[in-house]
Amino acid sequence: MHKPSFIEKNIRILFPLPAFLFIALLMIFPIVYTLALSFTSWNLTSGAPMRFIGLRNYGQILLEPRFVDAIVRTLTFTICAVVIEAVLGTAIAIILNRAFIGKSLAKLLLLLPLVSTPVAVGIIFNLFYDPTIGLANFALSSLGLPQGLWVSSAATVIPSLIIVDVWQWTPMITLIVLAGLAGLSEEPFEAARVDGATQWQVLRYVTIPMVMPVILTAVILRLIDALKTFDIIFAMTGGGPGYASETLNIMGFKYSFEYFRMGQASVILIALFFLVLLCSMGIMKLRSSSEN
Amino acid sequence: MNKNNRLQNALFYVVVVFISLVVLFPFLWMLSSSFKTQTDIIAWPPKLIFSPTLQNYAKVFGEQDFLKYFINSTVVGGLAVGLSLVIGLPAAYAISRFTQRRLALFILLARLMPGISFLMPWYIIASRLDLMDTYVALVLSHMLIALPIVVWIMSAYFNSIPVELEESAMVDGATRQYAFWAIILPMSGPGIITAVTLSFIFSWNNFMFSQVLSMEKTKTLPIAVYNFVSYAEVDWGGVMAAAVAIMAPAIILTMIFQKFVVKGLTMGAVKG
Repeated sequence: MHKPSFIEKNIRILFPLPAFLFIALLMIFPIVYTLALSFTSWNLTSGAPMRFIGLRNYGQILLEPRFVDAIVRTLTFTICAVVIEAVLGTAIAIILNRAFIGKSLAKLLLLLPLVSTPVAVGIIFNLFYDPTIGLANFALSSLGLPQGLWVSSAATVIPSLIIVDVWQWTPMITLIVLAGLAGLSEEPFEAARVDGATQWQVLRYVTIPMVMPVILTAVILRLIDALKTFDIIFAMTGGGPGYASETLNIMGFKYSFEYFRMGQASVILIALFFLVLLCSMGIMKLRSSSEN
Repeated sequence: MNKNNRLQNALFYVVVVFISLVVLFPFLWMLSSSFKTQTDIIAWPPKLIFSPTLQNYAKVFGEQDFLKYFINSTVVGGLAVGLSLVIGLPAAYAISRFTQRRLALFILLARLMPGISFLMPWYIIASRLDLMDTYVALVLSHMLIALPIVVWIMSAYFNSIPVELEESAMVDGATRQYAFWAIILPMSGPGIITAVTLSFIFSWNNFMFSQVLSMEKTKTLPIAVYNFVSYAEVDWGGVMAAAVAIMAPAIILTMIFQKFVVKGLTMGAVKG
């Protein structure tokens, strides 16, 4: 045996060190900086020096109806989109969970929305939704239904955006649940069949409970990303009409990079940060209780 | 096969075809619109049969300099993924072999946290250091996308390689870092392909970081596509050609590496 070198003795620290420093310097430090800014009156456009103003930004933003609306909107968008995706995605996975001709092609098709550039997806759907030349209204009128304004009306903008999110991300739940279903052992299914369970009963009492942890994990991943949805909303509506589709992420972006009110923007970003944290923790708790 | 079964089977295929059409339709519409003239696009009712034209592509690549943005996206994504491998592979190895769970969670934070919560300080710092519109700022920011993916996928992959392989080399006198370099890495091809494909696609698609940190010189494709819409609100043919140009590479990569992409997207959820 040779004498261990410096690298070998400290490999546990040296190997992960660059990645650790990278995240600490480029992510954790900026987040702390954001937190610090939230207690200052800093506005990049005014040129006035940064001043410590305690909790005043928090007071101002919390009392702003636009902020409360943005929180409610973020939660509405997220919850509706993720619930629809979870139900549809699981249903499709259960349907596709058998051998059939063209299965690998079907799986390839399901991958395509996931790898598509969200900004481009948003623009394609804008062409769909266009009130005068879009296919969406053409479809409605061929069915004899009244035409809609889709993303151009405050009343329908959020559901229209949810449709886009559902189109793009339902396949992710499907693929995850399919992978989960493939990993299940055969025994419980055989036992249920021997006991004379109907197809529906097998699904309800065997399949779904067994893949529940996988479904919930997929839901956590989706939930975190849906709360942060930015690209499609920014590209399709920019938060409009008015503020009708302004989520926390969009509002934070506008306060930072359009109004340059850095102090107040920080408060919005911190709110989003905690929303993401809270939701992930809540679902993880749900998941650990479903495993027991 | 009895009649009931055959009916069920037919119904199954109807459902599968329906799902596939819903998934495919936006792509088909984008593709067909990109070959239409403006007159054909705004025709009502929408036209299914039309005489195709290449003028939209000529415009996008001729007048709009999309080739430059294409190269920018490739350079930024390539460098971000490459550097993430350099610092991410050893970290993933340490997480796997020394079960450094807290470190794994720490790096995963970059995947969980909203990008905007650190983008504003980035913007301020980049302006102060004269790093706006440089590849440095852009590549570093895209590494925050690529690194968590690399670490997440590779630590799981290293877990699947038996420890005995390095241990026997180390008994023979090799150092651990040599065993990592000469034994583990050469076996990790499939994991690395998965990590590289996925992290490159996510960097390629990223909009927010580039929107804030890049301007004319380093502008990436998603920004170019987005700007195209705001400049030329009504030129749908050009916009759709641009959308095809941006989506094609990710879709081609996905087709080539289908198995790897599925594995990468689902492994965390199924195992974790």
